[in-house]
Amino acid sequence: MAAGVARRGVVLPGFGLAMGFTLAYLGLIVLIPLATIPLKTAGLTWGQFWETVTAPRTLAAYRLSFGASFVAAIVNAVFGLLVAWVLERYDFPGKRLVDGLVDLPFALPTAVAGIVLTTFYAGNGWVGQYLEPRGIKVAYTPLGIVVALTFVGLPFVVRTVQPVLRDLDIQVEGAAASLGASRLQTFGRVILPEILPATLTGSTLAFARALGEYGSVIFIAGNMPMRSEITPLLIMIKLEQFDYAGATAIALVFLLASFVLLFLINVMSLRQRAASSAG
Amino acid sequence: MRPRHLSEPRAVRFVLTGAALAFLVLFLFLPLVVVFTEALQKGLGVYVAAIREPVALAAIRLTLLVTVLVVPLNATFGVAAAWAIAKFDFRGKNLLTTLIDLPFSVSPVISGMVFVLLFGAHGLVGPWLMARGIRVIFALPGIVLATLFVTFPLVARELIPLMRSQGNDEEEAALTLGSGGWQTFFRISLPKIKWGLLYGVVLCAARATGEFGAVSVVSGHIRGVTNTIPLHVEILYNEYQFAASFAVASLLTLLAVLTLVVKGLIEWRAGSRAV
Repeated sequence: MAAGVARRGVVLPGFGLAMGFTLAYLGLIVLIPLATIPLKTAGLTWGQFWETVTAPRTLAAYRLSFGASFVAAIVNAVFGLLVAWVLERYDFPGKRLVDGLVDLPFALPTAVAGIVLTTFYAGNGWVGQYLEPRGIKVAYTPLGIVVALTFVGLPFVVRTVQPVLRDLDIQVEGAAASLGASRLQTFGRVILPEILPATLTGSTLAFARALGEYGSVIFIAGNMPMRSEITPLLIMIKLEQFDYAGATAIALVFLLASFVLLFLINVMSLRQRAASSAG
Repeated sequence: MRPRHLSEPRAVRFVLTGAALAFLVLFLFLPLVVVFTEALQKGLGVYVAAIREPVALAAIRLTLLVTVLVVPLNATFGVAAAWAIAKFDFRGKNLLTTLIDLPFSVSPVISGMVFVLLFGAHGLVGPWLMARGIRVIFALPGIVLATLFVTFPLVARELIPLMRSQGNDEEEAALTLGSGGWQTFFRISLPKIKWGLLYGVVLCAARATGEFGAVSVVSGHIRGVTNTIPLHVEILYNEYQFAASFAVASLLTLLAVLTLVVKGLIEWRAGSRAV
């Protein structure tokens, strides 16, 4: 490892100390604890491991976690784009306040979000009382899980798209308009390709956050095995039953699947970005 | 102001703004209001009593203690990591940055679980520690460790891009003029990053105060001893003490709103300085 030699021959001090502390702290707080997951799983026989992670209840939890997170990410992509667009392009009274409010899901503790959304969408809640007579049950169903996951993920798309919209060159839009493009054509052919990569990045972040989310979901989900039980809750239940090996096996597969999926999405969005900047 | 031919017709703007605002009000703002209407539904007396109850006060004390322990540690780490990553070139920098972000992609429940696997009664070093009278799980150290893990990247993430964009010119000038390493750090580098650091600290404190999943795994939910504020909210809610639950939750909500206000102020401050 070589410290960077600055211009004029001055070397900034403190690389060894800062790097040493960073690596030691990272190891102690993050890496060593995470290493217990493969270590503990290695204590299972292959048969036990396979039986745990392919049990119908486990598979149902995996399906629900990935499915609900995916739907929430799509909803966030659409509404996040809309909110970012309106906040960047239009003026209305109270805009700064609304802009600040967008970060609320980041700041609000997940348990609070959970009890609030449940109360809000329950059969006697402010919104639930109008939805349930029409046959739409939100609280205590998988739909409720999607609502909670959309709530916690909303700021990601808005905050990734906003700076891209702000930096968009107005002359490009002017050129499109002077070449006879309608406003809708300009949006579809000029603006959208520019902001699509950021939208994808933002919804990937929202998706990643949703996969692991626990606090906001467990209150609204109903938590029925096979139907509305997310993977983190299943891990929690195994831990409460002192089935540490089972919990760890489920967690290992869940983590690996999430990492692979996120990696693929990142590769995809890098490719798309390369293609759109080349084109 | 955008030229008219580069903006949408008035009607389109009106509809889009309306749709976005309706979505935000229905989805973010009204739920926020629910906290306070539910908290006060049985009157101010019940509200105050729920917060002044000894178990609630114990939870508030524990949460504050955890936050006070966690924030300085992660802030120190954030500054050190940003110093190494933003100011120097070395091999494996991308890997290090990815590893620092790792806790964000791990479910809070799994974040708590790893400490049970290490320090629990059947964990790797748990039995050894317990034989010496040191309890980590179902006690303060476990709660602190789990909170450190989930808030780990927050300060570093704010500081790395900030330090990188600021460059080293001032530091180099100070060093050339004979200033010492620590002196340069405290007199030049730290003031340069103070707003970013403050923002990171605010985010870290907010997350540490509100963490639920990870703490839930390691705490053991012992009332008055290892219950943090969010866990206390959960217990009250599950006991159908809704008014009390929302009363305690309203404290966390006020803290969240305060976080947003401070964030707005810091951004405004940083923005007006940059101009």
